[in-house]
Amino acid sequence: MNAAVTQISPTPRPAPDSAPSLRLRGLRKAYADVVAVDGLDLEVARGECFGLLGPNGAGKTTTIEICEGLTAPDAGSVELLGLTWQTGAKELRQRIGIQLQETQFPEKLKVVEVLRLFRSFFRRGIAMEEAIRIAQLEEKRNARVGSLSGGQKQRLAMACALVSDPELLFLDEPTTGLDPQARRHLWDLVDGLKQAGRTIILTTHYMEEAERLCDRVAILDHGKIIALGTPQQLIASVGGEHIVEFAVSGHVSGDGHVDTGALTAIPGVQSHRVDASIHQLSVSELHIAVPRIIAALGEQGLHLSELRTHSASLDDVFVRLTGRNLRDE
Amino acid sequence: MSRMSESSLFQLTAVRFLLFVREPEAIFWIFVFPILLAVGLGIAFRNRPPDVLPVGATTPQLTQALSAENGLRAATLDQAAGTHALAVGDILLLAIQNSAGVEYKYDDTNPDARIARLLADRAVQAAAGRRDAVRAENELVHETGSRYIDFVVPGLLGMNLMGSAMWGLGFSIVEARQKKLLKRMVASPMPRWQYLAAYILSRLAMLAIEVVVFLGFAWLVFGVPFRGSLWQLGFLCILTSLAFSALGLLVASRAKTMEAVSGLMNLVMLPMWILSGVFFSASRFPALLQPAVRALPLTAAIDTMRGNMLQGTSLAQMAAPLAILAAWLIVPFAVSLRIFRWR
Repeated sequence: MNAAVTQISPTPRPAPDSAPSLRLRGLRKAYADVVAVDGLDLEVARGECFGLLGPNGAGKTTTIEICEGLTAPDAGSVELLGLTWQTGAKELRQRIGIQLQETQFPEKLKVVEVLRLFRSFFRRGIAMEEAIRIAQLEEKRNARVGSLSGGQKQRLAMACALVSDPELLFLDEPTTGLDPQARRHLWDLVDGLKQAGRTIILTTHYMEEAERLCDRVAILDHGKIIALGTPQQLIASVGGEHIVEFAVSGHVSGDGHVDTGALTAIPGVQSHRVDASIHQLSVSELHIAVPRIIAALGEQGLHLSELRTHSASLDDVFVRLTGRNLRDE
Repeated sequence: MSRMSESSLFQLTAVRFLLFVREPEAIFWIFVFPILLAVGLGIAFRNRPPDVLPVGATTPQLTQALSAENGLRAATLDQAAGTHALAVGDILLLAIQNSAGVEYKYDDTNPDARIARLLADRAVQAAAGRRDAVRAENELVHETGSRYIDFVVPGLLGMNLMGSAMWGLGFSIVEARQKKLLKRMVASPMPRWQYLAAYILSRLAMLAIEVVVFLGFAWLVFGVPFRGSLWQLGFLCILTSLAFSALGLLVASRAKTMEAVSGLMNLVMLPMWILSGVFFSASRFPALLQPAVRALPLTAAIDTMRGNMLQGTSLAQMAAPLAILAAWLIVPFAVSLRIFRWR
């Protein structure tokens, strides 16, 4: 699967100049009662795959639609490929590729017909057959849109964004609503596009998707960037590379209260928090810390009812930064 | 692919056409339904031989006198039975023999009853020995162009052009808006005017088929006359379709849901179905309403089509309704371009 997509050969591009692919300065957008984007500054370099990550309502879609020139910001500036929407809209529309969150193409059109239509809007681009091949829709080329699966529809939307061979590609929640297999399929496709040297900006509320695809991510919450960096940097910022979760039930003696001071005093334990009576510790050296944690709880007269560990992920970064679980949103 | 078929305007138009052709219901409502309606009306209002009118009389002598008249079918009834038959509509007139002569009992607001009164009295007077003072002869004519079907075909044509233009534009635009397709379109470099122009162009292509099929049927089956210039009739159809396309565009320019646009469509079209003279002449409405009725686009469309087909009137003689149609094309189009919601 991967072999096919890595063959994409982008047409020669202008030599990379110093301007970044995307530069946002002081971006603000408020709707009637909510501030969707609250002072955003961001730069995305050429060839980078950048992820805007956050729960629903964090302002991801508003941000990406301002970048795409579909929504006007209340304040701030947007610069794409060294151009702005005020002066270079026509040129920009030719050079960027866009996949929106929930486009439904007419059900009675065939895959080739949709692609032929979108291809006709662009002065330059790849051959339609090439787009069909990249999206791996060869077998469905004459099928009607209405008969496609969710993953195939999403790949068609992706193909429509690619027919112009864009330098900069925006993907808004490309895998939302897809089953795990279709999601992995789409990830492979994005991998292929990255290797072709395109700049990709995507939004997602799946942390694992951002970890898997993005060179750099910005975590958004309430319209603000609360963390920015490579997935590895962000995970390291949690303090420990492992998360230990446990729950206690009943108590042999005492008031059943967990003495958190005793836990965080254990070498290797970086922090502690409780969410819905599940205690979470971020831990750097699992093999040393876990026996001591169990011993400490025993000393407090508490009975362990659950214990599990996992490697720290961007989910844990979000929890650490906001005190909320991303999945609860 | 040739250069033309690669152009975005061609592609947009082709897509519109494909989407229409792949919608079987649309094919039915636009092509088949008007023909069925014309057939139904043609049968219901076919020209029948003059009716024989049922009447009653109270004496056998009177019945005999009435039966001598071809236009009447007389029965003998006593006064009570006759009054009842009159009340329930079995007979149109009851002739009552009394000491002074004959008394006719009938409803003078019913045209058939008034005819029955004239025929009955003529028969009674003739039986009593009256002779015509002037000799009269009849020459019967059944002119095409004066039949109901001739009247109703231009009406149905206008109604059909209104329906297909408004539904065709309104529904698919709102559907595209609802499914975020409009937003996706404006996110591409597609020129926005081309999106709207594609609707008009595909509409004109369908219009040619629609009009030729319907009028061809009316001509072959009913012999509906075409007294005016066919080119001018074609022009009228195009102008009508464009005016209603503009109106459809206006109705669809803000609506976000199918329910909203259906309601608006019916609100706009319903008054015209009733007032614009599709099935009966619009001049039947009170004088007070006439300026409003005349200003409706469907009234103007149907009037000009009837003028062309039935009277052979040229466009130059129909400047007023043409100006009304043109205004209905320009104003809604200009307004909808300003207020159109692309997302």
